Parts: sequence; C-alpha cells; structure tokens
Amino acid sequence: MTPDTPGNRLFDRPLRELGRALLFLFTAISRMRFSRLQLTETLRQIYFAGVRSLVIIVTCGFFVGLVLTLQTYDTLTRFGAGDAVSTVLALSLFRELGPVLTALLFAGRAGTSITAEIGLMRATEQLDALDLMAIDPMERIVQPRLIAGLIALPALVLIFNVTAIVGGVFFAVFLMGNDPVTFWSNMQASVELGRDFFGGMIKAVAFGFVAAWLAVWFGWSARPTSEGVALATTQTVIATAITVLILDFILSAFML
Amino acid sequence: MSVSEAAIELRDVTVRLGGRTILENLDLSIPAGKVTAVMGPSGAGKTTVLRLVTGQIRPDSGEVRVGDTRVDKLDGKALNRFRREIGVLLQNGALFTDLTCFDNVALPLREHTGLPETLIRRLVLLKLQMVGLRGAAELYPSELSGGMNRRVATARAMALDPSIMLFDEPFAGLDPISLGVSLRLIRDINHALGITSIVITHDVDEVSDLADQCAIIAERRVMASGTPSQLADSDNPLVRQFMQGLPDGPVPFHYPAADLADDLLATEKHR
Repeated sequence: MTPDTPGNRLFDRPLRELGRALLFLFTAISRMRFSRLQLTETLRQIYFAGVRSLVIIVTCGFFVGLVLTLQTYDTLTRFGAGDAVSTVLALSLFRELGPVLTALLFAGRAGTSITAEIGLMRATEQLDALDLMAIDPMERIVQPRLIAGLIALPALVLIFNVTAIVGGVFFAVFLMGNDPVTFWSNMQASVELGRDFFGGMIKAVAFGFVAAWLAVWFGWSARPTSEGVALATTQTVIATAITVLILDFILSAFML
Repeated sequence: MSVSEAAIELRDVTVRLGGRTILENLDLSIPAGKVTAVMGPSGAGKTTVLRLVTGQIRPDSGEVRVGDTRVDKLDGKALNRFRREIGVLLQNGALFTDLTCFDNVALPLREHTGLPETLIRRLVLLKLQMVGLRGAAELYPSELSGGMNRRVATARAMALDPSIMLFDEPFAGLDPISLGVSLRLIRDINHALGITSIVITHDVDEVSDLADQCAIIAERRVMASGTPSQLADSDNPLVRQFMQGLPDGPVPFHYPAADLADDLLATEKHR
C-alpha cells in the first residue's frame, strides 16, 4: 500500500484525473463509428471550432507577424543583417509560434466553448436523454469534437502563419522599404519543407488532438452546476496551455 | 397483483449511492396498460426508481424486471435495444438546444430506423400534432415556454412508439394551463395507445385526476400503494401527512439539530 505522505497526496489526485481522462479517450476512440449522421455532426463541429475561430486567428496572426518583424528587424539591423528578418520570421512561425500560439488561442476560443457546451448538456440532462434514447453520447458528442479539433487546428495554423507573414511583409516591405525580392527569396531559401513546414504541421495535429481531448474531457467530467461548468472551462485553458507547451518541447527535441 | 399482470416489477431492491442507502428491500409492481404514480417526499428515491427501470443504475441487490427482461442484467447493445422500447420524459425535457423541435423529435428516428427522410418528416409532424405543437416544428427550444418544451420532449420520447412511458416530475413548475395540458396529454396517450405509464411526482392533486394506481415511497421502501382514493382514506400517519400536505408529522419540518436552547446558550457563551 502506498504510504500517505504529502508528496503522494500531491500527485494522487492529478494522476487519478489523468488516468480517468486517458480511459475516457480510449473509450471514445474504441467506440468510433462512421455514419452519415456522424459526418454531418463532425462538419458542424469543424465549422464551430474552426470557421468561428477565424476572426481571432487572423487578427492575432497579423499582429504577431507585425510585432515579431518589428522586434527582430530592430535587432538584426544593428548587426547589419536586416535582410535576414524574413528567415527569422518564417522559421519561428513555422516551427514554433504558429502551432503553439494557435493552439493557445484555440483553447481560449473553441476549447472553452466545447467544455461549457458539454458541461451544460450534462447539467440539463441532455447527455442522459441521449443515453435513454439508446444513442451513444460518445458517438454523438465526443467523437465529432475530437475529429473536429484534429482537422480544424492544423487548418487554423496554416491561416495563422499566412496572416503573420502578411503582417511581416507589411512592416518590412511596405513600412521599412526593404526589397520584396530579397525578403521572399531569403524566406524561400531558409525554410525546409520537411523539417520546418511539415514539422510544424505535425505539432499542429498533436496540439489539435490534445486541445480537443482536454476540452471534451473537462466538459464531460464537469459537476452539473454553474460553478462546476465555470471551473471546468478554466481548467480547460490551464491544462491545454501547460500540456501544449510541454508537448511542444518534447516534439521539438525529437524533431531537431 | 400477479407477476403476469405487472409490466414492471421491482423485487427486494436495495440501492446504495455514495455510502447512503436510498432504497432498501423495496418491492413495487407497476400494472400493464395503466398510469401509475410513484410519489413521495423529496429525496425519497422516486427518481432512483426511474433510473433503475431505465437501466441507468443497477441495484446492489434485488431484481428489476420489465416484462420478461431482467433490466439489472442488461448492458451494452442489449440495454440499448431495451431502451428503444421505452420512452422517458426527463424533468426539464432535456431537448437539444442546438436543434429545432422538428430535429429533436426526428433524432431517434434518424438514429434507429433508417427510414427515408420523407417518411420521417410525416412521422415527426404526426408526433408534434399529437402534442399540439406541429406549428412550432421549426422553432428552437429556447423560443418555447417550459411547458411547450416538455410537450416536444414527450413527442420525442414517443417517436419510436414505446410500450412503456416514464415521466419524471412532469408537472413541476408548470402554470395551471400548461399543467392541465400535460395532464390531458399523459392520460390521452395512455388510453389511446394502451401503453404502461409511470409518473414520478409529488403533486397529490394532479395524481388523483390522472393515476389508476399510486405508490408512495418513503423511508427507503414503498410505504403504501393503491388507488388514489384508497390512499386518500389511509390511516397511515405518513400517507396522511403526504396526501394532505401537512407541514409536520412523520416527515419532520425541522432538519435534525441540537436542542434550540443549547444552541442559543452556546451563542451567548461565544460573545
């Protein structure tokens, strides 16, 4: 039997929670079924998680590109390397900032909305109603949202990267008057399709899956009260942010 | 009543939840083709009975039979097959807020029947007509009153033509008109289709108009059962307190506490 020490107590609850969340994920995947209704619901969830996140992704992407170019251009010109700004911009976006920032924004916009929706479905007995109609809530509620996260986040990362580069071009070329040909050719020469672009997309798929899983799990396990749902949405943001950053480090270490 | 006459039979059922005994050695028979009201004070275990019948929980001991089916032994696909035979109206209707009334009622038909959409449309409109809300088919639940929501939920529960209907607190929070509509609806459905209905409620006045049989659950078991008039004439103090709505009796008005004088003196000492 494990001794009841403060250290054990500290890790006991999070580990139990992780175990339950993993079991939940395993159940959801093992009951995966593909039907026309499932496809319709998945498309609807892609719309809610993806299309409805476009405004925040495009706005943040543009300003991240703008400020990243501003900061790096200022530093690089001190060393006479102002032309390298597009290289720094592209590599930092494709490898790190694109997937990580998009995942964090996704957790704040779509993740919290998924958690609140499922939590309220629990509180208003909608999940019980599905069960009683012999409709598997895993199939109807959980799986479409998991698949939607898996598809929507990589698409949002692509859009984030493109708008961030547009922001970079706006600052470096239009405001600072850099040569556009040099800007684009440096970027093209420095970015490797496999390691940089696809490496980032692998991260995007992993983050999308984790963000959707945590959002669905915290909604599913929320206490059926207004306080419980509020707590669950907060947990979604915190847990996704921490998990994405840890996962980012692990994936980066393997990819380098 | 013999077992063959009973559509639903709970025998010697004990349920413990979270370390608390909710039901203990409970016996309950629900006759086929009748409306049976399961009544009792709040927290007596009425909804637990409903959850036992639907297979949402299993008893710690005892049997739950619906027809020839041992519900407490069902799981997975067998439980899902069984649930297609019953309709349940949950306390607040539990309609899906992102679907229209039409789509809410169509959901079980689309999931389970494989019927063409034209036929599903006809069936849904007929079910909505039955509850008087065909005109609200394209509205969302948020656009309807609480009573209307429950009527749509009744249509959804009836979508697969169940042989047993369970209503969990169908009158709670309804205005007198909605309440009258709900009463008539439950009675009409039962008489027209000859199904077995269980109404979980604590509305004594409504039950006397509606139910053929009543069972009062208190102190973890069935305290009394019979027709509404038999229960109204009962000598049992608890049944009398419940049927007449007396504030004090076997179910005490006060939550268990220390002596009032001791508590007040303790307050003086704290100063």
